[in-house]
Amino acid sequence: MTKNPYLPYPARIDDVAVETEDGNIKTFRIVFENERDRATWRHTPGQFAMLSIAGKGEIPIGIASSPTEEGFVLFTVNRAGVVTTALHQIEKGTRIGIRGPLGNGFPVDGAMRGKNILIIAGGFAFTTLRATLIYLLAHRANYGKITVVYGARTPGMLLYKDEFKAWQGLDGLDLNVTIDREAPGWSGLVGFVPTITERVAPSPENAAALICGPPIMIKFTMPPLEKIGWQDDQVYLSLENRMKCGLGVCGHCNVGPVYVCKNGPVFTREQVKKLPIEF
Amino acid sequence: MNILRLDINGLLDCLSSWAGGQELYGPVKDGWRRISRDGLEAVVSIPPGAPKAPIKTFFLAQPETLFTFSARHGDDDAWIPTPPKEAPNRRVLFGVRPCDARSIALNSMPYRDDPYYQARMDKTAVVGLSCNETCSTCFCKSVGGSPYGTEGLDILLTKADGGFIAEVLTSKGEGLLEKGTGTPAGDGDMARLKALRDAAQAGTSDTQALSASFKAKNLMQLYNARLWQGLSEPCLNCGACTFLCPTCYCFDIQDEVVRQAGRRIRYWDSCMFPLFTLHASGHNPRGEKIKRVRNRFMHKLKYFTERFGALSCVGCGRCIRECPVNIDIREVIRDLLSVE
Ligand SMILES: Cc1cc2nc3c(=O)[nH]c(=O)nc-3n(C[C@H](O)[C@H](O)[C@H](O)COP(=O)(O)OP(=O)(O)OC[C@H]3O[C@@H](n4cnc5c(N)ncnc54)[C@H](O)[C@@H]3O)c2cc1C
Ligand code: SF4
Ligand code: SF4
Ligand code: FES
Repeated sequence: MTKNPYLPYPARIDDVAVETEDGNIKTFRIVFENERDRATWRHTPGQFAMLSIAGKGEIPIGIASSPTEEGFVLFTVNRAGVVTTALHQIEKGTRIGIRGPLGNGFPVDGAMRGKNILIIAGGFAFTTLRATLIYLLAHRANYGKITVVYGARTPGMLLYKDEFKAWQGLDGLDLNVTIDREAPGWSGLVGFVPTITERVAPSPENAAALICGPPIMIKFTMPPLEKIGWQDDQVYLSLENRMKCGLGVCGHCNVGPVYVCKNGPVFTREQVKKLPIEF
Repeated sequence: MNILRLDINGLLDCLSSWAGGQELYGPVKDGWRRISRDGLEAVVSIPPGAPKAPIKTFFLAQPETLFTFSARHGDDDAWIPTPPKEAPNRRVLFGVRPCDARSIALNSMPYRDDPYYQARMDKTAVVGLSCNETCSTCFCKSVGGSPYGTEGLDILLTKADGGFIAEVLTSKGEGLLEKGTGTPAGDGDMARLKALRDAAQAGTSDTQALSASFKAKNLMQLYNARLWQGLSEPCLNCGACTFLCPTCYCFDIQDEVVRQAGRRIRYWDSCMFPLFTLHASGHNPRGEKIKRVRNRFMHKLKYFTERFGALSCVGCGRCIRECPVNIDIREVIRDLLSVE
């Protein structure tokens, strides 16, 4: 028998950053306590991990850092229920548990290699796309032009604001950050993600798109892409379902015959369309 | 494979040695009970059919402690997970019907890499009793099993001519028998066994063909079949079917802290419950009853079959016997097979 897949690695919260003006989203920087766990940890952008809060439980959270950022792992967490609330309340230095990495991730070293990349995100779903973008930038020569459309309700609800400033003006990177409605002090784009996508979407020729966000955003973002020829097998989505084991056994996360935790969370739109709508 | 003839005293000797040397369990009334040396009579005559309590209880413990931890802040090892130290005890399960034995083999496919399940498998020997008589709700033969099936067993006993024919199927089974147990089976015994098997097999459907038909059916055609609406309407979502089913293996995981001693446990859960899929946002992908009833059957008949090549149903009939509103999986199989 190899490793016990249910045992979390002990880790500590090394830093906490409040991301949004409502205080409901925080980014946690996590470091492994054991050198051995740190050294063997390998993930791909788009994968997730199970975070454990002793006595409260365990939750799946997308990995927000890129494998090229070494020595720590980042998670950006929205306060929702029992475990996420407990996580929001604990202090820097506290020990937690981390289990993973789990799931498949985006095909950054497969189907995305050599292509132009379109990244579309709404709300706090930018997390694993942050991991992806940093990975792409670190291996710049392997990809063509990168176009990002990222939207939030208000300027204060945007994640990773400082990093977006630093990315502005990078060669071959077209950043389009938008908010839903005009707001004082905001001089950037205004409009919903689908509208902005329609304006800036690149040609589907030799390209792949990664879309993460609320279902309604994904629904309205597809028609403008389809209009200019994007096919379902070029579009990658990340699904979410209630999870317990993360190993394809407990039965909580299935969408028809596939397990979001094991076969996903990343699927092409073509794959998703062949499944029951149970996510 | 070694085949022996055992008389009743020979069997009682075996049971006695198992009850003394390790833990012996057998079906008593509707449950599985630990059998002591002076209670052996209770298991030598077992009523037809599988007992109400499912055999999975021996492999998917209720609950299974995944690990323990200190929940005392300030302890150096606070929250460091410690896997359970003591290995499960060695035990013999006696009087297991071939359908239940087969469920152990089927469940060990999704649990192939599960250290807890495998540790329990390692420590358990399974001694089966074939079914000379069946119940009205038994249908093992139509889903890939047989009343004389050997899958998942270490030894299979078949009642014949006032005694038993014992087929010793694995090395674990060999290890259960002391030297000099029984006598080698004669040609008559072999012929008898073959005749019983052939008679049971006569007229049964081709089970390979059944799995193949489910695999060949279009996923969304089955999913959108009309039968789900009517089928799910009377269902109470009580979960009796899934809890008693030997091949339903879903679980939940929770943390438990008592006086600052914590443990993480897993225990049976059911896709019949709305909470099973509820997101923290309030969204529920299987919020309606029809979706949950459909998931139970689609998992058993289509999803599992696609993934592992066999139906996740051994035809024990528990769900049919115990469903308060008489939902019958045999009818669901028949109706789904006719979906075009
Ligand atoms: C692959 C994946 C990636 C995710 N990435 C992120 C992320 O980067 N940031 C973020 O804030 N959230 C993310 N989520 C959602 C997050 O897992 C849930 O918000 C969280 O589990 C809620 O737990 P809770 O205990 O606070 O809520 P409660 O409602 O108290 O939940 C109780 C239990 O139900 C389960 N559960 C409830 N809702 C969900 C859900 N939507 N998904 C999975 N399990 C659930 C968990 O096991 C949880 O412990 C992700 C979910 C998945 C499946
Ligand atoms: S036992 Fe019958 S009523 Fe209860 S959940 Fe199962 S199908 Fe529904
Ligand atoms: S579905 Fe019903 S008949 Fe089939 S194994 Fe489960 S309880 Fe037995
Ligand atoms: S979370 Fe257990 S099967 Fe996916």
